[in-house]
Amino acid sequence: MENQVILNSKQFELTINRLCHQLIETHGDFSSTVLIGLQPRGIHVLKRLKSRLEIILGKEITCGNLDITFYRDDFRRREKPIIPSTTNINFSIENKNIVLIDDVLFTGRTIRSGLDALLAYGRPNRVELLTMIDRRFRRHLPIQADYVGKTVDSMISERVAVEWKEIEGEDKVLLLYTVEGNG
Amino acid sequence: MDNLSVEHLIGIRDLTKADIDLIFSTADNFKQVINRPIKKVPSLRDITIANLFFENSTRTKLSFELAEKRLSADVINFSASGSSVSKGETLVDTVNNILSMKVDMVVMRHPNPGAAKFLSDRIGARVVNAGDGTHEHPTQALLDAFTIREKLGTVEGKKVVIVGDILHSRVALSNILCLQKLGAEVMVCGPTTLIPKHIDKLGVKVSHNLRHALEWCDVANMLRIQLERQDIKYFPSLREYSMLFGLNKEILDSLSKEIVVMHPGPINRGVEITSDVADSKQSVILQQVENGVAIRMAVIYLLAAKIERQ
Repeated sequence: MENQVILNSKQFELTINRLCHQLIETHGDFSSTVLIGLQPRGIHVLKRLKSRLEIILGKEITCGNLDITFYRDDFRRREKPIIPSTTNINFSIENKNIVLIDDVLFTGRTIRSGLDALLAYGRPNRVELLTMIDRRFRRHLPIQADYVGKTVDSMISERVAVEWKEIEGEDKVLLLYTVEGNG
Repeated sequence: MDNLSVEHLIGIRDLTKADIDLIFSTADNFKQVINRPIKKVPSLRDITIANLFFENSTRTKLSFELAEKRLSADVINFSASGSSVSKGETLVDTVNNILSMKVDMVVMRHPNPGAAKFLSDRIGARVVNAGDGTHEHPTQALLDAFTIREKLGTVEGKKVVIVGDILHSRVALSNILCLQKLGAEVMVCGPTTLIPKHIDKLGVKVSHNLRHALEWCDVANMLRIQLERQDIKYFPSLREYSMLFGLNKEILDSLSKEIVVMHPGPINRGVEITSDVADSKQSVILQQVENGVAIRMAVIYLLAAKIERQ
Protein backbone atom coordinates (compact mmCIF):
# COMPACT_ATOMS: atom_id res chain seq x y z
CA MET A 1 0.00 0.00 0.00
CA GLU A 2 1.12 3.57 -0.54
CA ASN A 3 1.96 6.03 2.18
CA GLN A 4 -0.87 8.40 2.93
CA VAL A 5 -0.65 12.10 3.81
CA ILE A 6 -2.82 12.79 6.85
CA LEU A 7 -2.00 16.49 7.13
CA ASN A 8 -0.42 18.61 4.41
CA SER A 9 1.48 21.79 5.22
CA LYS A 10 -1.63 24.00 4.98
CA GLN A 11 -3.67 21.77 7.30
CA PHE A 12 -0.61 21.44 9.53
CA GLU A 13 -0.46 25.20 10.07
CA LEU A 14 -4.21 25.40 10.72
CA THR A 15 -3.89 22.64 13.29
CA ILE A 16 -1.06 24.40 15.13
CA ASN A 17 -3.11 27.61 15.13
CA ARG A 18 -6.17 25.86 16.49
CA LEU A 19 -4.17 24.15 19.25
CA CYS A 20 -2.77 27.55 20.27
CA HIS A 21 -6.23 29.05 20.57
CA GLN A 22 -7.48 26.05 22.55
CA LEU A 23 -4.56 26.50 24.94
CA ILE A 24 -5.37 30.19 25.33
CA GLU A 25 -9.02 29.35 26.07
CA THR A 26 -7.94 27.30 29.08
CA HIS A 27 -4.78 29.03 30.21
CA GLY A 28 -5.49 32.69 29.42
CA ASP A 29 -2.31 34.73 29.61
CA PHE A 30 -0.14 31.75 30.68
CA SER A 31 0.85 33.50 33.92
CA SER A 32 1.00 30.22 35.83
CA THR A 33 1.26 27.82 32.91
CA VAL A 34 4.39 26.29 31.40
CA LEU A 35 4.78 24.15 28.30
CA ILE A 36 7.04 21.11 28.44
CA GLY A 37 8.01 19.18 25.33
CA LEU A 38 8.99 15.53 25.51
CA GLN A 39 12.32 14.65 23.94
CA PRO A 40 13.10 13.97 21.21
CA ARG A 41 10.20 14.75 18.83
CA GLY A 42 7.81 16.58 21.14
CA ILE A 43 10.11 19.56 21.32
CA HIS A 44 9.42 20.39 17.66
CA VAL A 45 5.70 20.68 18.41
CA LEU A 46 6.62 22.79 21.44
CA LYS A 47 8.83 25.17 19.43
CA ARG A 48 6.09 25.74 16.85
CA LEU A 49 3.40 26.31 19.48
CA LYS A 50 5.65 28.62 21.47
CA SER A 51 6.49 30.90 18.57
CA ARG A 52 2.84 31.03 17.45
CA LEU A 53 1.56 31.69 20.99
CA GLU A 54 4.12 34.45 21.51
CA ILE A 55 2.92 36.19 18.35
CA ILE A 56 -0.72 35.92 19.42
CA LEU A 57 -0.18 36.92 23.05
CA GLY A 58 2.77 39.27 22.56
CA LYS A 59 4.65 37.89 25.56
CA GLU A 60 7.21 35.24 26.30
CA ILE A 61 5.95 31.78 27.23
CA THR A 62 7.96 29.67 29.71
CA CYS A 63 9.01 26.41 28.11
CA GLY A 64 11.17 23.41 28.90
CA ASN A 65 12.33 20.12 27.42
CA LEU A 66 12.02 16.85 29.27
CA ASP A 67 13.96 13.68 28.54
CA ILE A 68 12.34 10.45 29.73
CA THR A 69 14.98 7.85 28.79
CA PHE A 70 15.79 6.81 32.36
CA TYR A 71 12.08 6.49 33.22
CA ARG A 72 11.11 4.19 30.36
CA ASP A 73 9.57 0.83 31.16
CA ASP A 74 11.42 -1.00 28.38
CA PHE A 75 14.96 -0.76 29.78
CA ARG A 76 16.75 -4.09 29.07
CA ARG A 77 13.84 -5.10 26.84
CA ARG A 78 15.23 -3.43 23.73
CA GLU A 79 18.09 -4.54 21.52
CA LYS A 80 19.95 -1.29 22.01
CA PRO A 81 19.57 1.35 24.71
CA ILE A 82 17.99 4.62 23.64
CA ILE A 83 20.18 7.69 23.35
CA PRO A 84 19.31 10.13 26.14
CA SER A 85 18.60 13.75 25.15
CA THR A 86 18.95 16.77 27.36
CA THR A 87 16.42 17.91 29.90
CA ASN A 88 16.15 21.64 30.15
CA ILE A 89 13.82 22.83 32.88
CA ASN A 90 15.29 25.99 34.38
CA PHE A 91 12.30 26.94 36.50
CA SER A 92 10.29 25.57 39.37
CA ILE A 93 7.24 23.54 38.37
CA GLU A 94 5.86 23.74 41.91
CA ASN A 95 2.14 24.65 41.73
CA LYS A 96 2.37 25.40 37.99
CA ASN A 97 -0.12 24.27 35.38
CA ILE A 98 1.84 22.10 32.99
CA VAL A 99 1.04 21.15 29.43
CA LEU A 100 3.07 18.12 28.35
CA ILE A 101 3.60 18.09 24.62
CA ASP A 102 4.42 15.21 22.28
CA ASP A 103 4.02 14.52 18.58
CA VAL A 104 2.24 11.14 18.52
CA LEU A 105 0.16 9.54 21.29
CA PHE A 106 0.11 5.79 20.67
CA THR A 107 0.42 3.25 23.51
CA GLY A 108 0.63 5.92 26.22
CA ARG A 109 3.79 4.43 27.67
CA THR A 110 5.93 7.45 26.78
CA ILE A 111 3.48 9.74 28.55
CA ARG A 112 3.48 7.48 31.62
CA SER A 113 7.29 7.78 31.73
CA GLY A 114 6.98 11.52 31.11
CA LEU A 115 4.72 11.95 34.12
CA ASP A 116 7.22 10.12 36.34
CA ALA A 117 10.11 12.15 34.97
CA LEU A 118 8.16 15.38 35.46
CA LEU A 119 7.27 14.67 39.08
CA ALA A 120 10.99 14.35 39.90
CA TYR A 121 11.08 18.13 39.47
CA GLY A 122 8.37 18.93 42.00
CA ARG A 123 4.61 18.92 42.50
CA PRO A 124 2.73 20.73 39.77
CA ASN A 125 -0.82 21.99 40.28
CA ARG A 126 -2.20 20.28 37.21
CA VAL A 127 -0.81 18.42 34.21
CA GLU A 128 -2.45 18.30 30.80
CA LEU A 129 -1.43 16.53 27.61
CA LEU A 130 -1.24 17.93 24.12
CA THR A 131 -0.47 15.72 21.16
CA MET A 132 -0.25 16.49 17.46
CA ILE A 133 -1.59 13.05 16.49
CA ASP A 134 -3.74 10.71 18.58
CA ARG A 135 -3.69 7.10 17.36
CA ARG A 136 -6.87 6.14 19.14
CA PHE A 137 -7.86 2.62 20.21
CA ARG A 138 -4.18 1.74 20.49
CA ARG A 139 -3.56 2.53 24.15
CA HIS A 140 -1.82 0.14 26.55
CA LEU A 141 -2.51 2.43 29.50
CA PRO A 142 -5.49 4.57 30.53
CA ILE A 143 -4.06 7.85 29.22
CA GLN A 144 -5.89 10.39 27.06
CA ALA A 145 -4.86 13.75 25.61
CA ASP A 146 -6.56 17.04 26.52
CA TYR A 147 -5.67 18.71 23.22
CA VAL A 148 -5.42 16.75 19.97
CA GLY A 149 -4.21 17.98 16.59
CA LYS A 150 -5.76 15.12 14.69
CA THR A 151 -7.19 11.75 15.62
CA VAL A 152 -6.10 8.84 13.46
CA ASP A 153 -7.43 5.30 13.22
CA SER A 154 -4.51 3.08 12.34
CA MET A 155 -3.30 -0.47 12.38
CA ILE A 156 -0.43 -1.68 14.57
CA SER A 157 1.59 -2.39 11.43
CA GLU A 158 1.32 1.23 10.39
CA ARG A 159 3.48 4.07 11.54
CA VAL A 160 2.62 7.74 11.89
CA ALA A 161 5.42 10.19 11.10
CA VAL A 162 5.22 13.89 11.91
CA GLU A 163 7.67 15.72 9.67
CA TRP A 164 8.97 19.26 10.14
CA LYS A 165 10.08 22.00 7.77
CA GLU A 166 13.21 22.51 9.89
CA ILE A 167 14.27 18.87 9.68
CA GLU A 168 12.62 16.95 6.86
CA GLY A 169 12.01 19.98 4.64
CA GLU A 170 8.21 20.12 4.77
CA ASP A 171 5.50 20.24 7.43
CA LYS A 172 3.33 17.17 7.05
CA VAL A 173 1.97 14.10 8.78
CA LEU A 174 2.23 10.74 7.05
CA LEU A 175 0.70 7.33 7.62
CA LEU A 176 3.39 4.83 6.64
CA TYR A 177 2.92 1.16 5.91
CA THR A 178 5.78 -0.76 7.45
CA VAL A 179 6.41 -4.42 8.07
CA GLU A 180 7.19 -4.10 11.76
CA GLY A 181 5.34 -0.87 12.64
CA ASN A 182 5.99 1.32 15.66
CA GLY A 183 4.82 4.41 17.46
CA MET B 1 22.90 4.50 20.32
CA ASP B 2 25.33 1.64 20.38
CA ASN B 3 26.01 -0.51 23.36
CA LEU B 4 29.32 -0.69 25.16
CA SER B 5 31.69 -3.10 23.44
CA VAL B 6 32.44 -4.86 26.74
CA GLU B 7 30.40 -7.05 29.10
CA HIS B 8 32.43 -6.08 32.19
CA LEU B 9 34.47 -3.04 33.13
CA ILE B 10 37.82 -4.58 34.03
CA GLY B 11 40.13 -1.88 32.77
CA ILE B 12 40.42 1.09 30.45
CA ARG B 13 42.61 -1.11 28.25
CA ASP B 14 39.51 -2.99 27.01
CA LEU B 15 37.50 0.14 26.14
CA THR B 16 37.37 1.84 22.76
CA LYS B 17 37.23 5.60 22.32
CA ALA B 18 33.58 5.20 21.31
CA ASP B 19 32.90 3.42 24.61
CA ILE B 20 34.45 6.27 26.57
CA ASP B 21 32.50 8.87 24.58
CA LEU B 22 29.29 6.92 25.23
CA ILE B 23 30.03 6.77 28.96
CA PHE B 24 30.71 10.53 29.00
CA SER B 25 27.54 11.50 27.13
CA THR B 26 25.48 9.25 29.43
CA ALA B 27 27.24 10.75 32.47
CA ASP B 28 26.30 14.25 31.24
CA ASN B 29 22.66 13.23 31.61
CA PHE B 30 23.19 11.67 35.02
CA LYS B 31 24.98 14.79 36.21
CA GLN B 32 21.75 16.65 35.47
CA VAL B 33 19.80 14.03 37.39
CA ILE B 34 21.94 14.31 40.54
CA ASN B 35 21.52 18.08 40.59
CA ARG B 36 17.72 17.96 40.71
CA PRO B 37 15.36 18.05 43.69
CA ILE B 38 14.70 14.30 43.31
CA LYS B 39 18.06 12.78 42.47
CA LYS B 40 16.85 9.36 41.47
CA VAL B 41 15.69 7.51 38.35
CA PRO B 42 13.90 4.15 38.28
CA SER B 43 15.92 2.48 35.49
CA LEU B 44 17.57 -0.32 37.51
CA ARG B 45 14.76 -1.22 39.85
CA ASP B 46 14.97 -4.92 38.93
CA ILE B 47 18.77 -5.16 39.27
CA THR B 48 20.72 -6.21 42.36
CA ILE B 49 24.32 -5.13 42.81
CA ALA B 50 26.87 -6.42 45.32
CA ASN B 51 29.71 -4.15 46.39
CA LEU B 52 32.63 -6.32 47.45
CA PHE B 53 35.46 -4.43 49.08
CA PHE B 54 38.43 -6.58 50.00
CA GLU B 55 40.49 -3.44 50.55
CA ASN B 56 39.79 -0.18 52.37
CA SER B 57 37.95 2.59 50.58
CA THR B 58 35.87 5.62 51.47
CA ARG B 59 35.22 7.64 48.34
CA THR B 60 34.93 4.85 45.80
CA LYS B 61 32.68 2.73 48.00
CA LEU B 62 30.33 5.59 48.87
CA SER B 63 30.35 6.82 45.30
CA PHE B 64 29.42 3.42 43.86
CA GLU B 65 26.76 2.86 46.48
CA LEU B 66 25.23 6.27 45.85
CA ALA B 67 25.34 5.74 42.08
CA GLU B 68 23.56 2.40 42.46
CA LYS B 69 20.90 3.84 44.73
CA ARG B 70 20.29 6.81 42.44
CA LEU B 71 19.59 4.28 39.68
CA SER B 72 17.14 2.47 42.02
CA ALA B 73 19.14 -0.76 42.12
CA ASP B 74 19.05 -2.99 45.20
CA VAL B 75 22.43 -2.87 46.89
CA ILE B 76 24.26 -5.25 49.22
CA ASN B 77 27.60 -4.38 50.76
CA PHE B 78 30.44 -6.58 51.81
CA SER B 79 33.81 -5.77 53.32
CA ALA B 80 36.53 -8.35 53.82
CA SER B 81 37.17 -7.38 57.41
CA GLY B 82 34.78 -9.21 59.68
CA SER B 83 33.77 -11.69 56.94
CA SER B 84 34.42 -15.36 56.23
CA VAL B 85 37.42 -14.40 54.09
CA SER B 86 39.44 -14.45 57.30
CA LYS B 87 38.20 -18.03 57.83
CA GLY B 88 39.95 -19.16 54.65
CA GLU B 89 37.18 -18.93 52.02
CA THR B 90 38.42 -18.40 48.45
CA LEU B 91 37.40 -15.41 46.33
CA VAL B 92 35.33 -17.49 43.90
CA ASP B 93 33.54 -19.29 46.74
CA THR B 94 32.77 -16.03 48.50
CA VAL B 95 31.41 -14.49 45.32
CA ASN B 96 29.45 -17.57 44.27
CA ASN B 97 27.76 -17.61 47.65
CA ILE B 98 26.77 -14.00 47.16
CA LEU B 99 25.63 -14.66 43.60
CA SER B 100 23.36 -17.51 44.69
CA MET B 101 21.37 -14.74 46.36
CA LYS B 102 20.54 -13.62 42.77
CA VAL B 103 22.92 -10.75 42.25
CA ASP B 104 23.23 -9.31 38.73
CA MET B 105 26.35 -7.21 39.05
CA VAL B 106 29.43 -7.17 41.23
CA VAL B 107 31.51 -4.09 42.00
CA MET B 108 34.81 -5.27 43.42
CA ARG B 109 37.94 -3.79 44.94
CA HIS B 110 40.70 -6.26 45.64
CA PRO B 111 44.39 -6.00 46.61
CA ASN B 112 45.50 -8.47 43.90
CA PRO B 113 46.13 -7.20 40.37
CA GLY B 114 43.95 -9.15 37.92
CA ALA B 115 41.34 -10.10 40.53
CA ALA B 116 38.51 -8.49 38.54
CA LYS B 117 39.48 -10.34 35.35
CA PHE B 118 39.84 -13.59 37.29
CA LEU B 119 36.35 -13.16 38.69
CA SER B 120 34.74 -12.14 35.40
CA ASP B 121 36.02 -15.35 33.78
CA ARG B 122 34.41 -17.47 36.46
CA ILE B 123 31.02 -16.01 37.34
CA GLY B 124 27.83 -15.18 35.48
CA ALA B 125 27.33 -11.67 36.86
CA ARG B 126 28.75 -8.46 35.36
CA VAL B 127 31.92 -7.25 37.05
CA VAL B 128 32.97 -3.66 37.59
CA ASN B 129 36.53 -3.21 38.74
CA ALA B 130 36.73 -0.68 41.56
CA GLY B 131 40.51 -1.07 41.80
CA ASP B 132 42.57 -4.27 41.63
CA GLY B 133 45.90 -3.89 43.40
CA THR B 134 48.41 -1.91 41.36
CA HIS B 135 46.69 -2.78 38.07
CA GLU B 136 43.71 -0.56 37.10
CA HIS B 137 41.04 1.69 38.57
CA PRO B 138 38.95 2.41 35.48
CA THR B 139 36.13 4.50 36.95
CA GLN B 140 38.66 6.86 38.56
CA ALA B 141 40.36 7.40 35.19
CA LEU B 142 36.99 7.99 33.53
CA LEU B 143 35.94 10.56 36.10
CA ASP B 144 39.33 12.30 35.91
CA ALA B 145 39.09 12.59 32.13
CA PHE B 146 35.43 13.63 32.42
CA THR B 147 36.44 16.39 34.85
CA ILE B 148 39.17 17.60 32.47
CA ARG B 149 36.64 17.61 29.62
CA GLU B 150 34.23 19.61 31.77
CA LYS B 151 36.87 22.10 32.90
CA LEU B 152 38.80 22.58 29.64
CA GLY B 153 36.09 21.72 27.08
CA THR B 154 37.96 18.77 25.63
CA VAL B 155 40.61 16.22 26.53
CA GLU B 156 42.08 15.97 23.05
CA GLY B 157 45.39 17.78 22.69
CA LYS B 158 45.66 18.62 26.40
CA LYS B 159 48.85 17.95 28.32
CA VAL B 160 48.44 16.06 31.58
CA VAL B 161 51.18 15.29 34.07
CA ILE B 162 50.72 12.59 36.70
CA VAL B 163 52.98 13.25 39.67
CA GLY B 164 53.97 10.86 42.45
CA ASP B 165 54.02 7.16 43.15
CA ILE B 166 53.51 5.88 39.61
CA LEU B 167 54.99 2.48 40.46
CA HIS B 168 52.25 1.50 42.91
CA SER B 169 49.39 3.45 41.40
CA ARG B 170 46.47 1.83 39.60
CA VAL B 171 45.10 5.32 39.05
CA ALA B 172 48.20 6.24 37.05
CA LEU B 173 47.96 3.30 34.65
CA SER B 174 44.23 3.72 34.04
CA ASN B 175 44.66 7.47 33.60
CA ILE B 176 47.49 7.06 31.09
CA LEU B 177 45.44 4.63 28.97
CA CYS B 178 42.25 6.70 29.18
CA LEU B 179 43.87 10.04 28.42
CA GLN B 180 45.81 8.61 25.50
CA LYS B 181 42.67 7.04 24.01
CA LEU B 182 41.07 10.48 24.16
CA GLY B 183 44.02 12.09 22.42
CA ALA B 184 45.80 13.80 25.34
CA GLU B 185 49.55 13.86 25.90
CA VAL B 186 50.68 12.32 29.18
CA MET B 187 53.81 12.82 31.26
CA VAL B 188 54.69 11.07 34.50
CA CYS B 189 56.83 12.75 37.11
CA GLY B 190 58.35 11.45 40.34
CA PRO B 191 61.51 10.09 41.95
CA THR B 192 63.36 7.57 39.75
CA THR B 193 62.56 4.77 42.18
CA LEU B 194 58.80 5.36 41.88
CA ILE B 195 58.67 5.47 38.07
CA PRO B 196 58.41 1.97 36.55
CA LYS B 197 61.16 0.96 34.14
CA HIS B 198 60.10 0.99 30.48
CA ILE B 199 57.04 3.15 31.19
CA ASP B 200 58.05 5.17 28.10
CA LYS B 201 56.91 2.13 26.09
CA LEU B 202 53.36 3.27 26.90
CA GLY B 203 54.11 6.44 24.97
CA VAL B 204 54.38 8.74 27.98
CA LYS B 205 57.02 11.34 28.67
CA VAL B 206 59.04 11.00 31.86
CA SER B 207 60.38 13.79 34.04
CA HIS B 208 62.07 13.84 37.41
CA ASN B 209 61.72 17.59 37.82
CA LEU B 210 58.40 18.90 39.11
CA ARG B 211 58.85 22.47 37.86
CA HIS B 212 59.77 21.27 34.38
CA ALA B 213 56.70 19.01 34.34
CA LEU B 214 54.35 21.75 35.57
CA GLU B 215 55.61 24.27 33.01
CA TRP B 216 54.78 21.74 30.28
CA CYS B 217 51.29 20.72 31.38
CA ASP B 218 47.68 22.00 31.33
CA VAL B 219 46.59 19.65 34.10
CA ALA B 220 48.52 18.20 37.06
CA ASN B 221 47.16 15.06 38.70
CA MET B 222 48.86 14.68 42.09
CA LEU B 223 49.00 11.13 43.47
CA ARG B 224 49.44 9.94 47.03
CA ILE B 225 52.50 8.01 48.15
CA GLN B 226 51.11 4.50 48.67
CA LEU B 227 53.05 3.62 51.79
CA GLU B 228 50.87 0.56 52.37
CA ARG B 229 52.10 -1.01 49.14
CA GLN B 230 55.77 -0.11 49.63
CA ASP B 231 57.72 -3.01 51.08
CA ILE B 232 61.05 -1.15 51.00
CA LYS B 233 62.08 2.50 51.29
CA TYR B 234 61.87 4.18 47.89
CA PHE B 235 63.08 7.63 48.99
CA PRO B 236 64.94 8.96 52.04
CA SER B 237 62.10 10.79 53.80
CA LEU B 238 58.61 12.18 53.27
CA ARG B 239 60.03 15.64 54.00
CA GLU B 240 62.50 15.33 51.13
CA TYR B 241 59.78 13.96 48.83
CA SER B 242 57.53 16.84 49.74
CA MET B 243 60.31 19.38 49.04
CA LEU B 244 61.08 17.93 45.60
CA PHE B 245 57.68 16.68 44.39
CA GLY B 246 55.09 18.38 46.58
CA LEU B 247 52.87 20.96 44.92
CA ASN B 248 52.72 24.23 46.87
CA LYS B 249 51.27 27.67 46.25
CA GLU B 250 54.67 29.21 45.59
CA ILE B 251 55.52 26.97 42.67
CA LEU B 252 51.94 27.10 41.34
CA ASP B 253 51.93 30.92 41.31
CA SER B 254 55.34 31.09 39.64
CA LEU B 255 54.14 29.19 36.55
CA SER B 256 53.58 31.09 33.32
CA LYS B 257 49.98 29.81 32.97
CA GLU B 258 47.16 28.70 35.22
CA ILE B 259 46.99 24.92 35.39
CA VAL B 260 44.22 22.67 36.69
CA VAL B 261 45.10 20.71 39.83
CA MET B 262 43.57 17.26 40.41
CA HIS B 263 43.90 14.62 43.09
CA PRO B 264 42.11 11.25 43.21
CA GLY B 265 42.13 11.25 47.04
CA PRO B 266 42.79 10.48 49.78
CA ILE B 267 44.96 13.58 50.17
CA ASN B 268 48.00 13.59 52.40
CA ARG B 269 48.01 17.33 53.04
CA GLY B 270 51.51 18.71 53.28
CA VAL B 271 53.07 15.76 51.44
CA GLU B 272 52.13 15.68 47.75
CA ILE B 273 49.98 18.81 47.92
CA THR B 274 49.71 21.66 50.41
CA SER B 275 46.39 22.72 51.91
CA ASP B 276 46.30 26.10 50.20
CA VAL B 277 46.69 24.44 46.78
CA ALA B 278 44.16 21.66 47.53
CA ASP B 279 41.60 24.30 48.52
CA SER B 280 42.48 26.85 45.80
CA LYS B 281 40.24 27.74 42.88
CA GLN B 282 42.58 25.92 40.50
CA SER B 283 41.84 22.67 42.31
CA VAL B 284 38.97 20.52 40.99
CA ILE B 285 39.26 17.84 43.65
CA LEU B 286 35.67 18.14 44.85
CA GLN B 287 34.31 18.32 41.29
CA GLN B 288 36.10 15.02 40.70
CA VAL B 289 34.16 13.49 43.57
CA GLU B 290 30.84 14.84 42.26
CA ASN B 291 31.58 13.62 38.75
CA GLY B 292 32.49 10.23 40.20
CA VAL B 293 28.85 9.55 41.00
CA ALA B 294 27.68 10.53 37.51
CA ILE B 295 30.39 8.44 35.81
CA ARG B 296 29.63 5.40 37.94
CA MET B 297 25.91 5.77 37.25
CA ALA B 298 26.70 5.82 33.53
CA VAL B 299 28.96 2.76 33.69
CA ILE B 300 26.46 0.74 35.73
CA TYR B 301 23.52 1.84 33.57
CA LEU B 302 25.27 0.91 30.33
CA LEU B 303 26.48 -2.46 31.63
CA ALA B 304 23.05 -3.23 33.10
CA ALA B 305 21.47 -2.49 29.72
CA LYS B 306 23.29 -5.57 28.43
CA ILE B 307 22.06 -7.94 31.13
CA GLU B 308 19.58 -10.34 29.58
CA ARG B 309 16.20 -10.73 31.19
CA GLN B 310 15.32 -14.18 32.43
